[in-house]
Amino acid sequence: MKITINGQEKDLEVEQDRPMLWVLREELGLTGTKFGCGVAACGACTVLVDGVPTRTCITPASALEGKTVVTIEGLDTATGKAVQAAWKEMDVVQCGWCQSGQILTATALLESTPNPSEDEITNGMTANICRCATYHRIRGAVARASELLEG
Amino acid sequence: MADDITFSPSRRLVLQVLGLGAAGFAVGCSPAVHASGGPDDLLQLNPFVKVGADNTVTVILKHIEFGQGVSTGLSTIVAEEMDADWSQIRFEHSPANNALYGNTAFGGMMGTGGSTAIFDSWERMRLAGAGARAMLVAAAAEKWKVDPATIKISRGKLSAGSKSATFGELAEAAAKIPAPDPASLKLKDPSQFVLIGKEKAPDTVFERADTPMKIDGSAKYAMDYQPEGMLVALIARSPRFGGKVASFDDAAAKAVSGVTDVVQIANGVAVVATNFWAAKKGRDALKVTWDDSAAEKRSSDQMLKDYKAELSGKGSAKRHVIRNEGAGAKALAGSGKRIEADFDFPYLAHAPMEPLNCIVEYKPGESCRITSGSQMPTGDQATAAMILGLDPSKVTVDTRIAGGSFGRRATPDADLVTEAAQIAKAIGGRAPVHLMWTREDDIRTGKYRPMAVHRMAGRVAGDAVEAWSDDTAIQSIMEGTPFLPPGVIDESAVEGGFDIPYAIPNIEVSARFVKSPVSVLWWRSVGHTHTAYAKEHFLDQLAREAGQDPYELRKSLLSGDPRLLGVLNLVAEKAGWSQPLAPAPDGSKRGRGIAAHKSFNSYVAEVAEVSVKSDGSFSVDRVVCAVDCGVAINPDVIRAQMEGGIGYGLSAALGEAVTLKDGAPVQTNFYDYQVLRMAQMPKVEVYIVPSSEAPTGVGEPGVPPVGPAVANALMAATGKTFNTLPIGAKV
Repeated sequence: MKITINGQEKDLEVEQDRPMLWVLREELGLTGTKFGCGVAACGACTVLVDGVPTRTCITPASALEGKTVVTIEGLDTATGKAVQAAWKEMDVVQCGWCQSGQILTATALLESTPNPSEDEITNGMTANICRCATYHRIRGAVARASELLEG
Repeated sequence: MADDITFSPSRRLVLQVLGLGAAGFAVGCSPAVHASGGPDDLLQLNPFVKVGADNTVTVILKHIEFGQGVSTGLSTIVAEEMDADWSQIRFEHSPANNALYGNTAFGGMMGTGGSTAIFDSWERMRLAGAGARAMLVAAAAEKWKVDPATIKISRGKLSAGSKSATFGELAEAAAKIPAPDPASLKLKDPSQFVLIGKEKAPDTVFERADTPMKIDGSAKYAMDYQPEGMLVALIARSPRFGGKVASFDDAAAKAVSGVTDVVQIANGVAVVATNFWAAKKGRDALKVTWDDSAAEKRSSDQMLKDYKAELSGKGSAKRHVIRNEGAGAKALAGSGKRIEADFDFPYLAHAPMEPLNCIVEYKPGESCRITSGSQMPTGDQATAAMILGLDPSKVTVDTRIAGGSFGRRATPDADLVTEAAQIAKAIGGRAPVHLMWTREDDIRTGKYRPMAVHRMAGRVAGDAVEAWSDDTAIQSIMEGTPFLPPGVIDESAVEGGFDIPYAIPNIEVSARFVKSPVSVLWWRSVGHTHTAYAKEHFLDQLAREAGQDPYELRKSLLSGDPRLLGVLNLVAEKAGWSQPLAPAPDGSKRGRGIAAHKSFNSYVAEVAEVSVKSDGSFSVDRVVCAVDCGVAINPDVIRAQMEGGIGYGLSAALGEAVTLKDGAPVQTNFYDYQVLRMAQMPKVEVYIVPSSEAPTGVGEPGVPPVGPAVANALMAATGKTFNTLPIGAKV
């Protein structure tokens, strides 16, 4: 199957049902995408598929044929960079395991809603679990990234 | 008088039992050695500091970084005394070595836990930084032929007159200087600190040491280590605690493409495959028959009844009286009103975001390399050596940053390494083995915060609390491990309860240890998770009876504990306790609650504000927190730990529970094990008490007060009490 990952076209041979998460991690060495629950309940495995946040732990790789995938390693849009800059400025991370998924989810949120209200941030991010409960800072950092993009 | 009981302090492990002998801590007094490997040709100045020709300073962490910020904390202390520039600082985890990297709070064994890392490292890291500095100064003095006293260092640059050099330029010469006697080292006066206690500011470029690697996907956790030829193993474990493999049929599992081996180990049947998905499909196809003859078969409801029967004296567990002051529980009889309440606490899973895993690379008869995010690397080393028949010196441990832990990766039985080493042995060391746990394994296979019942009783006469009794039925965490010698009571069951700081004239605190095959473990703040809740929410119930304001009552009972009183007063002031709460725009009932608790030698008080809608649903809107943890090394890391601790404690108070049905856990994953999500996270404000006391931990102490502060706020709003956890979505 052909797929574009972080700007590079790949030709992969994978089993039909194998989730994209494990193809990214085990076949392509893109370990920034994390395994958290395996049932799309936590968001740690989120990547952008044609710009849409997608849970790779339940998405068979074969379903992504012809798609464009961006993982944390390949995040280089202005919005993505602003989100990372805000994360850095506010020292959001603790253990860090969920943060790739948080950053990609936040990036997609700001792409569709450049100036989100606090409720829009919460609604947009609440499906991503952070067991360290960095939620307080994530909320602030998404708002800050929005400011950075405006400025 | 209490029973003649010896306490085993929580998570302070008993050295003699482990046969480790006294650890001679080396600080700046071991010979300088070239660090083996590494691309930058790092030169090791002492066990904690390496300087590279590329001018980097690498701080060796004797504690694991799993989000609590220890890489920042320990590096800050070293950089401060060394006068390094923050931009030069890197960190790596130390090898497994009790003599060099032992934790005094763990009796000399290496370990991270009990919020001890900063407490245990403060002096040693300061000396390590000052020792490295002295070696660089001596090297410069020799090179420049000047008096060392004329050499200055600022932000990683040495200078004397017109001469100057970077650390990197002097590293090689400094590594040849004999390490100075620690007694000769002069530490900075706090007024000279440029990093310790400082806020992040543009001119210091100060930030969490682990931020950059965690925002671009480059951080390498244990799960991210994938050596050539690695096999992935998943284990089918008993659905019931204490069950054993009776027989298994591996035909279907072996038919799955990619499955290479199916092997029985002590704890179940392992399916080994070339990748995760194959291992998972193989395990799904495996058929195991379990022998449940020794397994737990009760449901949670029955266990709760049994715990309560124990507390009523109808069981078999001995009642240990741990504190008895004044007339003790006898004083519950008397004038005024007696109030009683049972507080019921469920089992809790730690559920760190990085599922449990470790890699074992075993070469039979030669060596073993463990890659793991473990809180007890030398325990893992000894365990692997024993299982594989190797000398411990042949077992190396590569400790990686971990994706959370909350206590789960501090296992006295080295559970992960035990399983992985047994599998590696069973396949003859043919390939590196990556043992993986799925989230279901994590939620369903235990090492839970113990289920507990606190039977609380108190007597109020007029506006005074006259008597207090707290009797707990709980499983011991330490019993049955090498860390609890026979005849010693497990303090972790009652910590924060037996040492209730309130000046009540009659106090009795007791515990009864119940048995179950369910495995239990320390969970972020350990016994304080339940003792603080029972103590602080019950105190508000007594305050209500006494007609006292909850803050004023605490204040009047804390005159003997100035630091706890200090955070109580600060949080009340910052939360605006004396002002009425703003009404909710939608007419929701509002309530405010306060709680104060000391744990792990740090003092925390929190005020929670809630809004309760007419349908009983509610939100926690704001939590204000005051913390006294001695010298605040990294104020922003402290704030982060309080924010995170509040989220973690709130998660347990609102939604978390593992319940058993016929001995098997009901919950399986995040859709039914309900952890806090962003929509439930309050606004948090943290205030740090300025202090010159030695620094103490912050990883756990933010957790205990939030549950009771929220319960007290809900009680203020609704008049109801919340003695059964979790509180749930509606009140």
